[in-house]
Amino acid sequence: MRKVAVLGVGMTKFSGKQDKTAVELFSEAAMDAIVESNLKPKDIQAMFIGNCLSDFAEGQGQPQAFAAESIGASNIPANKNEGACASGSVAFRDAYMWVASGFYDIVIAGGTETAAKMGTPLATRTFAMFSDGRYEYGCGLTFPGVFAMLANLYAAKYGIPMEKFKRQLAQVSVNSHYYGARNPKAQFQKEITVEDVLKGVMVAYPLQLHDCCPFTDGASAVVLASEEKAKKLTNKPVYVAGVGQASGGNLASQQEYLPRIRARELASKQAYDMAGIKPKDVDVIELHDCFSIATLIALESLGIFDYGKAAEAVEKGETKIGGKIAVNPSGGLKAKGHPIGATGTAQVYEIAKQLRGECGERQVEGAKIGMTDTLGGDGGTIVNVILKKG
Amino acid sequence: MEHKLRFKDYNEALKENKLLGLKCKQCGQISASPRIACAKCGSTDFDIMELKGKGKIQTFTSIFVAPEGRESECPYVVMLVELEEGPWIMGNLVGVEPDKVTGDIIGKKVKMSSTGVFSGDKYSAGDIARPLFSLEN
Repeated sequence: MRKVAVLGVGMTKFSGKQDKTAVELFSEAAMDAIVESNLKPKDIQAMFIGNCLSDFAEGQGQPQAFAAESIGASNIPANKNEGACASGSVAFRDAYMWVASGFYDIVIAGGTETAAKMGTPLATRTFAMFSDGRYEYGCGLTFPGVFAMLANLYAAKYGIPMEKFKRQLAQVSVNSHYYGARNPKAQFQKEITVEDVLKGVMVAYPLQLHDCCPFTDGASAVVLASEEKAKKLTNKPVYVAGVGQASGGNLASQQEYLPRIRARELASKQAYDMAGIKPKDVDVIELHDCFSIATLIALESLGIFDYGKAAEAVEKGETKIGGKIAVNPSGGLKAKGHPIGATGTAQVYEIAKQLRGECGERQVEGAKIGMTDTLGGDGGTIVNVILKKG
Repeated sequence: MEHKLRFKDYNEALKENKLLGLKCKQCGQISASPRIACAKCGSTDFDIMELKGKGKIQTFTSIFVAPEGRESECPYVVMLVELEEGPWIMGNLVGVEPDKVTGDIIGKKVKMSSTGVFSGDKYSAGDIARPLFSLEN
């Protein structure tokens, strides 16, 4: 397999309901990525878009075909990749493999979603479609519900009193907002306190409003190219060092493994092995903090902290810039926002910018190895990507 | 290849308070919801069995923000129960005040006391039954 580089990256502002369509949002992010790559749309040989719900949100199926036409990459093969909230990363991994295999030299991967446009009731209903529609949705399961159950299980398994655990969870959201306030593209650019989190409306016990990421409209895109092409086009290449992907069954089927996520442990091992690194070698990570508890579970399943120890590590500041590992300097899903199909490549966007040293006051100084972690559903799809500075 | 037990038959049985499962004839693994092949050994040779509906609470939540069309059900308790036969299953807990339930209920014994039926919406392709559990004394 050939070495593959990430060239230009693009991302729209993430926000609540926008008056732009999913195709328009993607086209804007894609053009930014193409221009930054010193390429023209006609140089793009194939497109891979993460998108889940443009049909429900806008009555728009196969947005990828219209996006390819819109950006002037007419008639190229265009795929939509769906893996719930991990869709953008599934698109990225597929795009990577097409270039690594030698089939294409230059492709674009990205994602787009207008989840905020749906409003909370329909968005909650359609997001719940990414849990088991037959054996679990009947119980009234929602996504906050999934992670609330994992939070209660985590607290019970590791013997953490709920009052203490709630403050530790709140600190995760406080950290996300701290960095979101330093990211001009973030949906929420405002710092919050632990007390703000604890005052929020209860969504699914024990998770309150600020334990949950928002519904978001937005898009992101990245250009991938062979090493040979990359060397001609940029003097700041970022290389794909490792990728991993795994799947999992419904929540009940994961039984005693919970609150660990088996698919994440498998996917991240693939990525670490391929890159020839250990978790401790990662300088900066964008991980899937759809809920505060999700950050703790991710940090442990990725091998960054021991099982049952992530809450304490967050409390001690070990996940902030300057700590053991910089976690979600973009503000993460919580503060940057979570336009589900666009999230994976928005994580790649942030890591590429971090490795190039372009993140201003949220820059992780000297970052050489970065990682992304994207989770779809309740462990249904997990993708990990490791990037290295060229 | 056909399923030994499909959603349709599982759902109809559950509406009559029968919780069906599958026992693998090759390795003995018990599954609580229908599938075509055994998760443990891959065999497709199953016996349909009736599960007792008894077990203990592994985790739970009380849901206060419902999906579209299910607002009137709020608040309600969703939980994962480890059945005596081994597998975990999702169900609702009834006979409690959902806004007062806390982590103390984890580990408590429950028994399936009845069945709830979500009558379905325009996306669900029909109704969906689920087990309703009560705390055992």
